[in-house]
Amino acid sequence: MDPALHRHMSELRAAGDRKVSLAEIADIVESVMTGLQGEVFGMDIRVFGELEALNDAIKTARSELSTLSPEDIRDEHIPAATDELDAVVLATETATNSIMEVAEEIEALAGELPPEQQEKLNDAVVRIFEACSFQDITGQRITKVVRTLKVIESKVEGVLGAFGDEVARERKKDLDNELGARAAKVEEQNLHGPASGEDATSQDDIDKLLASFD
Amino acid sequence: MSVDMKMPILIVDDYKTMLRIVRNLLKQVGFENVDEAADGGEAFNKMKEKQYGLVISDWNMEPVTGLDLLKQVRADGNMKSTPFIMITAESKTENVIAAKEAGVSNYIVKPFNAETLKQKLTAVLGAF
Repeated sequence: MDPALHRHMSELRAAGDRKVSLAEIADIVESVMTGLQGEVFGMDIRVFGELEALNDAIKTARSELSTLSPEDIRDEHIPAATDELDAVVLATETATNSIMEVAEEIEALAGELPPEQQEKLNDAVVRIFEACSFQDITGQRITKVVRTLKVIESKVEGVLGAFGDEVARERKKDLDNELGARAAKVEEQNLHGPASGEDATSQDDIDKLLASFD
Repeated sequence: MSVDMKMPILIVDDYKTMLRIVRNLLKQVGFENVDEAADGGEAFNKMKEKQYGLVISDWNMEPVTGLDLLKQVRADGNMKSTPFIMITAESKTENVIAAKEAGVSNYIVKPFNAETLKQKLTAVLGAF
């Protein structure tokens, strides 16, 4: 507190019930306001400092986001991962059904055997059926992972919505070089990874293709 | 009272493989009169048309879950006493409690084996 103001306040307190004039009150208010201006100015500097730090943090986040290339995560990586997982579910389902078909055939054949052998074979068939339930569990676990990927996708979408244009501008600086190198490599070796669904080529088609060279 | 081995049983699961497994395991223990449904809605419609001696249902199905089906069955005057076994991967305590509160007869956690299935069938239907 301003020393003059402090002295004035002490005198007033010591004076007890003495009436205070309007001029004195005006002096006190003026002193308070003057002191307060100094305080506000100090606070301003602190707030400004905080804002500057916040601005730096946003710039850093923006820069880090651009190196993460969220648009690639949204447009390529997550859809590719989801497709691969769907293919895993389909493949395990197909394999499980094949195993079960064979087990059912064995079960039918067991009926033609003597009781003792029939029982042994039936026990083995039951164990195959039990083991096949892995497919259901695997499918459920993968579905959970796919659901999580969808959540990540929506979060990435949110980030792109907030910083999209700026991230894209930052990213474009080094994307062209990187893309060029990657495309050249893929083209050179014609790489696609394992195909699934309609894109897949069957073993028969491949055999026919190989035979056509003979 | 002995168990009628020819009674119709309804199995409900959205995984065809799982339906096939349960059907085969039921066959192994002597039940061959088995119908299938792919979700709770289809199962409820089948139950309206036919009196089943037992329902064995998965929980996690869409759009009508196994728990939804169980609640519908228990709320229906004609079906409410039908024995109902839940076979599910949902093994958390709150799930089991919810199923019990809805009136489930027994609860089997996936993956399970033929012995467990037989034990639960015996617990619900009596010795066979």
